[in-house]
Amino acid sequence: MNAVTDSAQISEMPARRQPVGLVFCCTLLGAAAQVLMKTGANHMAHAGLSGMITNLPLMGGYCLYGLSTLLLVLALKDGELSLLYPVIALTYVWVTVLSFLIFKDNINPWKVTGIVLIVSGVAVLGKGGKR
Amino acid sequence: MKTPVSHMLLVLLAAFIGSFGGVFLKSGAAALRSGILYLVIARDPPYFNWRLASGVAMFLLSSYFFVLGIRPPGELSVLYPMVSLGYIFTLFWSRIFFKEPLTSLKFAGLFLIVAGVFFVGLGSK
Repeated sequence: MNAVTDSAQISEMPARRQPVGLVFCCTLLGAAAQVLMKTGANHMAHAGLSGMITNLPLMGGYCLYGLSTLLLVLALKDGELSLLYPVIALTYVWVTVLSFLIFKDNINPWKVTGIVLIVSGVAVLGKGGKR
Repeated sequence: MKTPVSHMLLVLLAAFIGSFGGVFLKSGAAALRSGILYLVIARDPPYFNWRLASGVAMFLLSSYFFVLGIRPPGELSVLYPMVSLGYIFTLFWSRIFFKEPLTSLKFAGLFLIVAGVFFVGLGSK
């Protein structure tokens, strides 16, 4: 919002962070969070708030989700929202791979096509981020 | 198709709220003091970073609706493409609220990602 940065702040800034790289880490945490949340959602006793709070995997998922949000905030500080927000879709790639490894979910041509498309989309956005 | 419309609406609502969460996080991040210890403290008075707090609250609300939406009998093949609509909303909010340029590179990347999420959903039957 406020593009004006005073000189004191510029000197405090660490050597150029890479926002796309930060969001990359954010998606790794987000995927782990989603696997936990899915496990929790499958075992949810009832839909109410109390049912969610007592659900341990679900709460663990939220904690990781919080951590990944933190990384997203740090990335957004330096990067463009329109560029970084779609990169979050990398989460689907990790979730698909993790589901295959952990839950032995099947991998089929549709999923592989989707993964390839998402990764190439992120690569295109990453190129745009460099200028 | 056995995914109830109510589940679709829940996931759409989650995507919509989530896209606004991104907007608030971005504007909150701009008001951040440098240093991780100052994460909730804004640079200018009043020091509580309400934008960042709102963004986090919206993400929580968004994932609450998301979890309700993907419960059985919700099918991921139908629901995942709806989540990626959130990325398209965000593109427009970025333009409106932050005057970010909408380059053809961004459209191309976004198109590939939305198509990719669609295919991942298609394979998740």
